[in-house]
Amino acid sequence: MSAIITRRTLLAGTAASAALPLVGARAQAPFGVGFVYVGPVGDHGWTWTHDQGRKAVEAAYGNKVKTSFIENVAEGPDAARAIRQLAQAGDQLIFTTSFGFMNPTIQVAKQFPKIKFEHATGYQRAENVATYNARFYEGRAVIGTIAGHMSKSGQAGYIASFPIPEVVMGINAFHLAAKKVNPNFKTKVIWASTWYDPAKEADAAKALIDQGCDVITQHTDSAAALQAAEQRGVFAFGQASDMKAFAPKAHLSAIVDDWSGYYVKRVKEAMDGTWKSGDVWGGIKDGMVKLAPYNDAVTPAARAAADEVQKGIVAGTLHPFTGELKDQKGTLRLKAGETASDEILSKMDWYVDGVQA
Amino acid sequence: MTAAILVSIFMTLAAAATPILLAALGELVTEKAGVLNLGVEGMMLCGAVAGFAVAYSTGSVPLGLLAATLAGVAAAMIFALLTLGLGSNQVAMGLALTIFGIGASSLIGAGFVGRTITRLGPLFPADYAAHPWLRLVVGHDAIVYLSLALVLAVSLFLRRTKAGLILRAVGENADSAHAIGYRVLAIRTAATAFGGALAGLGGAYFSLALTPMWADRLTAGRGWIALALVVFAAWKPGRLLIGAYLFGAVATFELQAKAAGLSFIAPEVLAMTPYLATIVVLTMMSLGRRTGGRDAPACLGKPFPAP
Repeated sequence: MSAIITRRTLLAGTAASAALPLVGARAQAPFGVGFVYVGPVGDHGWTWTHDQGRKAVEAAYGNKVKTSFIENVAEGPDAARAIRQLAQAGDQLIFTTSFGFMNPTIQVAKQFPKIKFEHATGYQRAENVATYNARFYEGRAVIGTIAGHMSKSGQAGYIASFPIPEVVMGINAFHLAAKKVNPNFKTKVIWASTWYDPAKEADAAKALIDQGCDVITQHTDSAAALQAAEQRGVFAFGQASDMKAFAPKAHLSAIVDDWSGYYVKRVKEAMDGTWKSGDVWGGIKDGMVKLAPYNDAVTPAARAAADEVQKGIVAGTLHPFTGELKDQKGTLRLKAGETASDEILSKMDWYVDGVQA
Repeated sequence: MTAAILVSIFMTLAAAATPILLAALGELVTEKAGVLNLGVEGMMLCGAVAGFAVAYSTGSVPLGLLAATLAGVAAAMIFALLTLGLGSNQVAMGLALTIFGIGASSLIGAGFVGRTITRLGPLFPADYAAHPWLRLVVGHDAIVYLSLALVLAVSLFLRRTKAGLILRAVGENADSAHAIGYRVLAIRTAATAFGGALAGLGGAYFSLALTPMWADRLTAGRGWIALALVVFAAWKPGRLLIGAYLFGAVATFELQAKAAGLSFIAPEVLAMTPYLATIVVLTMMSLGRRTGGRDAPACLGKPFPAP
């Protein structure tokens, strides 16, 4: 079962919510799991991948659970209302899936101590609030390796959204991996100043191709850049989900977000009563970050190298950020042999040499 | 910088300008008749989703373009019914139409997320455009040429035909036009429908030509830029053409400058340039107006008959 709540029905629902505690007393009612999304489920990107996770929960537990979601929730005061609405509707575990929902989640969690909350990409926790995030930079290291092998011009174009640590670490991880293959590699960054504007993303890709980049990657949400790459006959990588359908020739691989495993596991724990607050930062090893199947165009050498990087990351023998590492200004960031701690990663605001940002 | 790059930049620029030009041209005619329809973004989205749905289902891009045009007209007719038929406030209804268009397109498009089609290609065979400079002239798709022809047609219509004169009279002084026997509401409805048709077509340019796919809010606010462009152009089709290509140029330059690594300009400054340019032009225009000129149709946004 699923109930879709839009902002409009939400307003109507708030009026009726006074009557809801009566319903809360049901005996063998299904376990309510709520999701709060920042974007539309139809974005085929970030929010879509979370919704795939929600569907996986339904598939796993059938009638034992009842999931619901509210989409297009603005980061800010609106969010608290949306989260509270789910809590009042009887949900016992609520996932809030955007960084900007951090304070509202904490605030609502205080009012509902018996309900469990999970906040994606944040850092504030409580007895009943856990946080979770994925190590996308591990995926970036794999596609960077492929890019290093596949680029003839030795230049990649990177369409980025905003210079926040999450994006900056992605750029650096991609570039460091490509540079290992080709020491003269260049990564040109365009800041699109948006997460989502398909036409602008496509134009950014075209500008990068005009400037000699023959591999395009992105940290924005739409598949438009891939389509531009396909049209111009260069390579590109998908973002958040497998985007091969949009660019059958250009799509070399994609970093795929997979929240299903985590959501299914946490819902089980909440139902069993073994749920505990904590912080999970899962990567390729945990199945939270996956790589889409390689394109036939990916050369055997590139395949082997990419697999090697994946294996190394899973085995823990390879960290995408391993010293000695200096930033563009020459400041020593990591000593020889040192790997970047989560602390360093989550505050990253510097670029490695060869990145043009 | 080689010729190939310059040509490529211009092609990108023209493609960026075309949907805005179409939507703005439609809105210009609507406003010339005295109707302020702020729902351009909503109508564009209706056109974008309808165009994609039909093109995907039938495999025919021209059918998709036709469907998009009709969807734009349908959305505009909802607006016309409420504002011209029932006399509701045009500003409020225009905003409502945008919100409606976002929701309706998202609902209709839900089943089309993640699909793609073969995009609208160049009008002329590739052999014609073998030489890079020749591509500038014959390398575009049909909609680019159509938009340019429409600018000329609208300009001639408004200035040189009797029908155009009547349309302008309705926008300048509805009471006088009514007194001499013109059907104000019918003319305004027709102008609104034309605006919807071009907005729908402009929206479909995104889903069928620029980024051949459907995703929620595909037009990402271009409808608002089209609205601003009408003011920017002082309700003149020729200036609209210049404005739309100027916008395309600034937007493309911003990205090219970043890709070329012109780091002496902060990216935030580059992102501001289109808006700075708008402010400068609007300021210059209002300074000009102080010396006697007047650009907006006198009855713009006013209900008829007056309440």
